[in-house]
Amino acid sequence: MEKIFSRPKSLRNISTHYCPGCGHGIAHRLIAGVVDELGIRDKVIAIAPVGCAVLAYDYWDFDCTEAAHGRALAVATAIKRVRPQNIVFTYQGDGDLAAIGTNETIHAANRGENLTVIFINNAVYGMTGGQMAPTTLLGQKTATSPLGRNAQREGYPLKISEVLSQLSGVKYIERTSFYSPQEILKAKRAIKLAFQNQIEGIGFSLVEILSPCPTYWDMSPQKAMEWIANIMIKEFPLGRIK
Amino acid sequence: MVKDKRILMTGNEAIAEGAIQAGCRFYAGYPITPQNELTAYMAKHMPERDGIFIQAESELSAINMVFGASAAGVRAMTSSSSPGISLKQEGISYLAGTELPSVIVNMMRGGPGLGNIAPAQSDYFQATRGGGHGDYHSIVLSPSSVEEAYNFMFLAFDLADKYRNPVIILGDGMIGQMMEPLELTAVSCQLSAEYKKPWALTGCKARLPNIIRSLFLAEGALEERNLKLQKKYKEIQKAEQRLEELFSSDAEFILVAYGGMARIVKGTVKKLREKGFRAGLIRPITLWPFPQAGITQILNRLHRKKHLPIFLVVEMSYGQMLEDVKLAVDGKAKVEFLGRAGGGIPTEEEIINKIRRNGKNLFSS
Amino acid sequence: MAKIIIERDKCKGCLLCVSVCPKGLIIVDKDLNQKGVNPVKFSPLVSRIPSKARQVNDECLGCSLCAIMCPDCCIEVYK
Repeated sequence: MEKIFSRPKSLRNISTHYCPGCGHGIAHRLIAGVVDELGIRDKVIAIAPVGCAVLAYDYWDFDCTEAAHGRALAVATAIKRVRPQNIVFTYQGDGDLAAIGTNETIHAANRGENLTVIFINNAVYGMTGGQMAPTTLLGQKTATSPLGRNAQREGYPLKISEVLSQLSGVKYIERTSFYSPQEILKAKRAIKLAFQNQIEGIGFSLVEILSPCPTYWDMSPQKAMEWIANIMIKEFPLGRIK
Repeated sequence: MVKDKRILMTGNEAIAEGAIQAGCRFYAGYPITPQNELTAYMAKHMPERDGIFIQAESELSAINMVFGASAAGVRAMTSSSSPGISLKQEGISYLAGTELPSVIVNMMRGGPGLGNIAPAQSDYFQATRGGGHGDYHSIVLSPSSVEEAYNFMFLAFDLADKYRNPVIILGDGMIGQMMEPLELTAVSCQLSAEYKKPWALTGCKARLPNIIRSLFLAEGALEERNLKLQKKYKEIQKAEQRLEELFSSDAEFILVAYGGMARIVKGTVKKLREKGFRAGLIRPITLWPFPQAGITQILNRLHRKKHLPIFLVVEMSYGQMLEDVKLAVDGKAKVEFLGRAGGGIPTEEEIINKIRRNGKNLFSS
Repeated sequence: MAKIIIERDKCKGCLLCVSVCPKGLIIVDKDLNQKGVNPVKFSPLVSRIPSKARQVNDECLGCSLCAIMCPDCCIEVYK
């Protein structure tokens, strides 16, 4: 028998700190797999976010830096400008990319920086204990929207990918999800395309992933996947946005 | 006849030119008065001299771009003025925590809040005490002339690389915007701009991956990190204190001032000497590390001669460097203070009046 | 013929693999692992689907759906 599926080389063989059923583990693996398949491990530089994935550099086996909360795309911009021969990507959550870092996100995108962005949308702040995120759905209960998000009080879920798609500097945006193995494979294809775009010099590419947070959605891992499939994609439709 | 090679430049332009000659290859900034000439000079000259210029969308973004460029191994800097520097504090804390070499220019203006655009020195505490969150120090250099501003850029990048630490050039609107003739001598750096940076992010080809981080969650790990930083700060304090002294060996009145303020104080001291009054000057060049050892030495020398000098600290702020002078003097002499801020600059007349009120013997003849 | 190998002590017991195995060949292990959770185990001999008697097509297909789903990269697939 031949081994047909195993851990990507670029993913260190250690246990993560993520909760059971958390989507970050899947996203880390897909990125590591794409890095291996494209043969870019010795060229890649990752920018880890502040949020649950703050320790991503402990899991990927390539060059990584931290960035202050929301500033990943400012850091990435400079790294890529200084070292255009390297492949630079940011890995950011919804709070990082679409709340505290909205300014950095919009302007890096608008400058058309030749970067790859992996955007994990789980509609909640995980690291700090399940507070309302910019992408929290209407009616969704969180630590800071205990009655459920109300548009009059807390505004609407922010569709940052659609906002970014309006900018001339942006070349590729796709929204994917993790709710089934098929969707995970689609997400991987999108991630690969976003990296290939950078290699070919096409420009700013972003993959949004609807990713489960069973802990702060107060659901079993399987129910969380079903919630993405049945509820979340109604607010955040899947597919290529640009 | 020797041709005068000097050219006329503003402090802001001289800093920019010095930085480029010192090997700065990345600059990010955001418009704010009174340092705009620096950003404009970089915009014009960096691209044609193998450098990268980015006008960032905010001060936050600019300092984090410096973080990225420094992480990637090049000499990088940003510049701003007081309100903008407040915004950069988060980034400076991260630069200190991750030990990334970087140079930050602050052409101070009046505060607090939006203040005004007149020269001021009221960011002294912010620059010398850390400024952002956490236990850290930036090295702080204070130029007092356009030529010195130019020369300090070589020193600043060297110190940043040598100690892997942020270095702040603390100027004021006066230094930034005045024009003086200077010779662009290209003072060579002690450390090459190609200084080896094995920790930089270049892609992990033929080596283990590099990680740049300031997060240490394991038990005791952050304390260990802090102790390492503290050890470095002690080394810097020991090796890098710098000051200029004038007529201090027999002074009865020692005036202490830095940066643009020191120019006026120096003129006053010279004038007093011409009149036969024993005034002296101490001009701290490094504000952190504060030149405590030099001040102690001067004081001990005077004490051995049975002189009991009075110190007069003159600032364009309300008693910030005063605290460091008092710590250095350590109760061994009287320390007086004269300061104005918010657009006011202590004048020669005000300084002399202050001395007159305190030095009863000084003007008795 | 195919099989999977589950790294028992890395498993966090999220059971996402269980939910996607078309043959019901992954079950919960009653014994705790090092993490203190009930991990999953590969059970090619007894189908979890009660209505189905043990048949030839109850064997692991090597489809890898479990491994694709696993957030903790605990599953290797052999075919």
